[in-house]
Amino acid sequence: MSITLPKVRVPYLLLFPGFAFLFTFFILPIVNLAQTSTQTPIAGGDTGQYEQTLAFSNYVNAFLDNREQFARSFIYATLATLFALAIAYPLAYAIAFKSGKFKNILLVLVVAPFFTSFLLRTIAWKQILGEEGFVVPTLRSLHLMGQQTTITSTSVAVVAGMTYNFLPFMTLPLYASLERIDPRTIEASGDLYANGLTTFRRVTVPLSLPGVVAGTLLTFIPAAGDYVNASILGSPNTKMIGNVIESRYFKIVDYPTAAALSFTLMAAILILVTLYIRKAGTEELV
Amino acid sequence: MATENPLSPEARSILGARISRRGVLAGAGGLGAAGLLAACGGSGGDSASSDNTVRWGNWPLYLDFDAKTKTYPTLEKFSKETGIDAQYFEDYNDNDEFFGKVQAQLKLGEDIGYDVVTPTDWMAARWIRLGYSQKFDLANIPNAGNILDSLKSPSYDPNRESTLTWQGIMSGFGWNVEKNPKGIHTLDQLFAPQNKGKIVVLTEMRDTIGVILMAQGVDITKVTEDQFMNAVDFMAGKISDGWIRGVKGNEYAEDLTSGDATAVIGWSGDMFILSSENEGKFDFAIPDSGGTISGDNLMIPSTASASGKANGEKLINYYYDPAVAAEVAAYVNYVCPVKGAQAEMEKIAPELATSEYIFPSDKTASRLQVFRSLTPDEETKWAEAFQKAQGN
Repeated sequence: MSITLPKVRVPYLLLFPGFAFLFTFFILPIVNLAQTSTQTPIAGGDTGQYEQTLAFSNYVNAFLDNREQFARSFIYATLATLFALAIAYPLAYAIAFKSGKFKNILLVLVVAPFFTSFLLRTIAWKQILGEEGFVVPTLRSLHLMGQQTTITSTSVAVVAGMTYNFLPFMTLPLYASLERIDPRTIEASGDLYANGLTTFRRVTVPLSLPGVVAGTLLTFIPAAGDYVNASILGSPNTKMIGNVIESRYFKIVDYPTAAALSFTLMAAILILVTLYIRKAGTEELV
Repeated sequence: MATENPLSPEARSILGARISRRGVLAGAGGLGAAGLLAACGGSGGDSASSDNTVRWGNWPLYLDFDAKTKTYPTLEKFSKETGIDAQYFEDYNDNDEFFGKVQAQLKLGEDIGYDVVTPTDWMAARWIRLGYSQKFDLANIPNAGNILDSLKSPSYDPNRESTLTWQGIMSGFGWNVEKNPKGIHTLDQLFAPQNKGKIVVLTEMRDTIGVILMAQGVDITKVTEDQFMNAVDFMAGKISDGWIRGVKGNEYAEDLTSGDATAVIGWSGDMFILSSENEGKFDFAIPDSGGTISGDNLMIPSTASASGKANGEKLINYYYDPAVAAEVAAYVNYVCPVKGAQAEMEKIAPELATSEYIFPSDKTASRLQVFRSLTPDEETKWAEAFQKAQGN
């Protein structure tokens, strides 16, 4: 019975399941990955046999070999985040302030795509943007697109797919922080003779900033490591770092390079995110 | 090829088999469920090995299945004839994945839960190299001599002491008949202007590069590193010049149906299904310079017990009986590795007995080659070059 327990222990007991989970599924794999990342092939060994030699040069080689894919990952992720923000902000704004009795339905609609698998939705985009979907033939018949131009297998399709797939992650935090804005602050702004635009710029946007930061992080981080969109909607010329890690691990059976790349990606994301949060100056995330 | 009848004789013979295949597809749903049940019932590793059982891990949709009774007819018959309890697990989905799953146990010599496994050639080669397979007691497999001459001595097992082919898979050119009315028989025809940006090739290195190498006049049973790298460079060039749209696994079939691809380096079996499902809109041919053939192999892991091994050998022997092999081939439609199965096929499904995809004639078979096995160093280095060419 909890009554007999000294009071101090209770919080730790409550934390235990969380710690146990993190230890098993986060700490242990990370340690294992770190160990793998500095291994080298056993001389005369078979495919997939490695030994620990503390080869930190793995990191340098892995990075230098794949600079292009790293750069592409961050460019695509940034673009997808910006597009998602541009789409989600008006959407969240409308739901929070203008939707009236439809608010709940609209929120359900934002989440609805999650009822289907991520993979299926991406494959659906491949059909929609494909040669015999309705987009390409329509654009072609309107002469907005050349006969030889295609959408799938281009960076446009990959960024579009990422934007679409991560849109709810952007919309929901934005909605949460817009919804929380006290309407009286907006009224007060009007009372002080600010017009609609000024009120939006000086009151609404700053107050929704925690939502913007949370939304951009929730979009950018998974987008930078994503490989599904690039492999389904892209071509060999649009491969991202996630695709490289996958192929290193499963196709080349080069576990050390895959592990080194994973760590480099993690570090790069961590640095970018830290800089971003510092710059955004938001202590409180939602 | 005349325009009014754009299909090659190969495809026509396949189209004739459409009904059988339909039955197969109808059974697919039930099969998946059965596979699931099998997995629940103790996915390989858990089921105990007793003297009277044999546990076989195979790829999905790779054995004749009766959707009505939810049983594998040939396997049932085997159990009835021999009294051996044959347990079938459809959990060999990917060579690397399966290897990763059982490697640690193989290394420690602990039971991996299977007495018979079905790795693809190059993976079988790795098992043999690592000592993870057992040599057959050929006295238990008198039917082993029924293997097709073309499959008799692969470089990784020249005397077929540890492996016997389960089914063979051809690769060659596949195309959209409307866009390529004259068909595709050479690399130049593949890289014809109407296909620019709409060519998809296989992620299976040995098939894609194998077909390119053969077109370059290289013998893939003796390919050197320079020749291989040269072919990879050729592919990389075609990718960066915008000819090749993607390097894919089975998904290239979707690209063909969606119109994103008009020409591919693909597998005969897939092209066969596509063609029959789309009223002959697609066709397949072995390149003039030759195509590759690879096989999935029946093999006994080093960890199988003496009784498991003996029962496994009986199972392998049973499936090398021409009549049984024909029954399986009528269902799976891959290249049947067993001599005499064609004559048996005449009796059960005459329309399939003439299929060049199941029973390649001597002339066809002579145009198919097996990619040589690679050393571990080559395997890593070549795979790396092939992955890099695809932007990975």
